[in-house]
Formats: sequence, structure tokens, C-alpha cells
Amino acid sequence: MLFDFNVISQWLHGALTSVMPEWAAILTESILVALAIITLYAVFAIILIYMERKICAFFQCRLGPMRVGKWGLLQLFADVFKMLTKEIISMRQSDRFLHNLAPFLVVIASMLTFACLPWNKGAHILDFNVGVFFMLAASSIGVVGILLAGWSSNNKYSLIGAMRSGAQIISYELSIGLTMLTMMALTGTLQISEIVEQQYAEGWNIVRGHVPAVIAFLIYLIAGNAECNRGPFDLPESESELTAGYHTEYSGMHFGFYYLSEYLNLFITAGIATTIFLGGWAPLHIIGLDGFNGVMDYIPGIVWFVGKTLFVVFLLMWIRWTFPRLRIDQILALEWKYLVPISLVNLVVMAIVAAYGFHF
Amino acid sequence: MNFTLLVTTLLTGIAFVGIVVILAKLISPRSYNKQKEEAYECGIPTRGRSWMQFRVGYYLFAILFLMFDVETMFLFPWAVVMRSLGPAGLWSVLFFLFILVLGLAYAWRKGALKWQ
Repeated sequence: MLFDFNVISQWLHGALTSVMPEWAAILTESILVALAIITLYAVFAIILIYMERKICAFFQCRLGPMRVGKWGLLQLFADVFKMLTKEIISMRQSDRFLHNLAPFLVVIASMLTFACLPWNKGAHILDFNVGVFFMLAASSIGVVGILLAGWSSNNKYSLIGAMRSGAQIISYELSIGLTMLTMMALTGTLQISEIVEQQYAEGWNIVRGHVPAVIAFLIYLIAGNAECNRGPFDLPESESELTAGYHTEYSGMHFGFYYLSEYLNLFITAGIATTIFLGGWAPLHIIGLDGFNGVMDYIPGIVWFVGKTLFVVFLLMWIRWTFPRLRIDQILALEWKYLVPISLVNLVVMAIVAAYGFHF
Repeated sequence: MNFTLLVTTLLTGIAFVGIVVILAKLISPRSYNKQKEEAYECGIPTRGRSWMQFRVGYYLFAILFLMFDVETMFLFPWAVVMRSLGPAGLWSVLFFLFILVLGLAYAWRKGALKWQ
């Protein structure tokens, strides 16, 4: 059977309450959780940035970072220290308060969403009974940060970038909401841990929901890519026309937070795709092959989760380095004239499939 | 416990950004000159204000989004209980979706989705 992380958390809680009062135990646990979040956040940002550089390089027949450390493995740490020692410049004409507030909003949005991901059986930080809904709500705080960044910079390029980004993110959020709705019609629950448990018992959602689930998965990948301002949808920060879009005026670590949250958002998008469609930490099971299933169960859930997530991240990077950038009118037309109608029809199909029991 | 964790995550986010920014301000060098604080656009001095009116196209999409997003929000509770509602619940929501699509069709017809 799969390892249940609740064993560790309960043991820790018991050990702490035996040596200190209840409130102190909860405080200690909160601090441990905070440290865990920050560590995972930083580690995955570094892994993703390294992965992006290498994959981008291989797609373009280059080698990527090679000088610092073996295969350039230490390059990212060098970059972090470089960024930390850069001066944070405050602009004369900017709105100081909003300018400093914007990175907080962007990081908080991605951190709240990050905390919702199920890493293993029992290993999730936030697990509400309205989990998916909370995740959508938390991730949409980020757009406020981006709009504030563009507006407060008092720079025309930043403003254009921020407005593009705002229009794009809110449009594609609709598709994400609709695909989530489609899958919720299949699962019948919004609690993330329950969604994964269900997939562990009955098979991955993308297999259970067959045709509508596959369509929803593809729409989710497109919309998720747009939500991260990446890939063919990166015109909010199209470097050849807008310098750097909404974060042109940010320097040093302020810029670093945008960079960090951009990659974390990519990881979160892939993580949500993994959780909702590809079974989260549930191992690969093939009906009828009991021996194979037994072997798969020995691989820990966290390996499955991270492996599947990095696979989806690779798909998104592949898309990014393959397709040319779209124009703003093409982006909005793609969303409103194609993806929204398709996802609405898909929702109806999935509702019929689920209501009449046509799924596996 | 869930809400303790929610507050913990929120505070972690705030503390992470705050502490790292303070740390960066402490260890980074500082210098001053007049050009440094100007907006970085093309290298030439900025002309006119940047806080200006913006094209209405973006706001149109924002209004459309608002309409659709509120209606998606209404659909979430339905999606959760859909199995137990059975076919009756399915057909009534299909009618709701039909009205929702009429709104999109109207906006499309009126040219709100066209970028001019």
C-alpha cells in the first residue's frame, strides 16, 4: 500500500504536545509548515529555471549554462546571489506604495495556490472542502499584482504590458474555470485530497472521462500556458517591443519575485493539471495486471506527483519553444471564439456522460 | 486547523517577500544619479504622462469576463451535486447554459469580440 503522510504529521503533533502546551505545538507546526513552503517554493523555482534554460538550449541546438559547476548546475545559485546583491531602485515618478505592494500580491497568490497541491497521500498543506474553487480564487489575485505593477511604474510600456496581461489572464481564466467545472461534474467533489483518492481507487480522470476529459485537458493546457504569460502567449512581456512589459521598472530582488512567481505559476499550472486529470500522487494502474500494479504501488506518491508534474512542465516548455508569438487580437479571438464555446459544449457532454454513467 | 494553515501560508508569503527585500536592501550597494530614477522607455526622455486613458477594447473583455465568471461560479455547486440530482437537474442547467450562450452570441453578433 501507498505510504500515508498523516502518520508523520500525527506523530509530530503527538510528540510536540507531549513536551509543550497545545498552542505552542500549533505555533511550532505552523513555523515548520512555513519553512517547508519556502523551501519547496525556492527549490522548485530553481529546478524549473534550470530546466527551462537547458530545454530551451537543446531545442535551439545549444548547450545552455555549462560554466558554473558541473553542467552549469550551480548557475542558478550564482544568479540568485547576483540578484540579491543588486540595488532596488525606486523611481522618481512612480507610485511608491503600489510599486512596492505589487510583488507581495504576486507572490502571495502563487504561494496560496502552491500550498493547495497534494504531494502525497496526506501530504497537503491546504485542503478545504471547496479546494478547487479556493485554488481558482487564490490564483486570480495574481492579476491584481500585475496590473498594479504596470500602473504604478508610470511607464508606457509597463502599462501596455499590464493591460495586455490583464485582458489575457482574465479571459483565459474563464476557460480554466470551465474545464475545472467539467472535471468537477465527473468527480462530484471539490476537495483536492478526495479527488486524488477517487482517482487512486477508480483510475485517472483523463481515462475515466475519456473523450470530454481529453478535450478538457488540452484546453486546460492552452489556457494554463496563457495564464502564466508564457509560450506563444508571452506578449505581455514581449521583449522585442515592450522592453520587459509590466516589470520593466522593477530591479534587483523586486524583479526576482516576478521571475520566481512566473516559474512557480508554471509549476502550479502543471501541478493542477496533474491533480485534476492525471491522478495526482496515484500510481499508474492497468486493470487486470495485478503484479504490475503492485510494483507501481511501491514507488512513493511524491515521486509520482513530481514526475507527472515535471512531465506536464516539459510539455508546456515544448509548446513555448516551438510556436511563434500571437497578436493580442488573435489571443482574444482564440479564447472567446474557440475555447469558450468548445468548453461550454464539452461541459454539456461531460454532464451527460456523468449523469447517465457513460464514464469508466 | 485548515484556517490556521491558511493564515500561516498568507503570513509566509508576506514574510518571505518582506524579509528578502529588506535583506537585499541591506547588502546591496547604493548609488545616486539623476538619470537612474527616470522611467526606462527608449533611452530618450519620456514625453507626456503615462497615466492616461486606455483603449476601451480591454474593458469590454473585462465586462464580458465578469458576466461569464459569475455564471461559472453559480455552476460549481451544481457540478458537485449533479449525480444525485439526476436528469432533471441536468436539463434545467442546460437551459441555464443556453441563456448564458445567448449572451455570448449577442456579444459576438454585436462585434464586441472583434478587435478594432
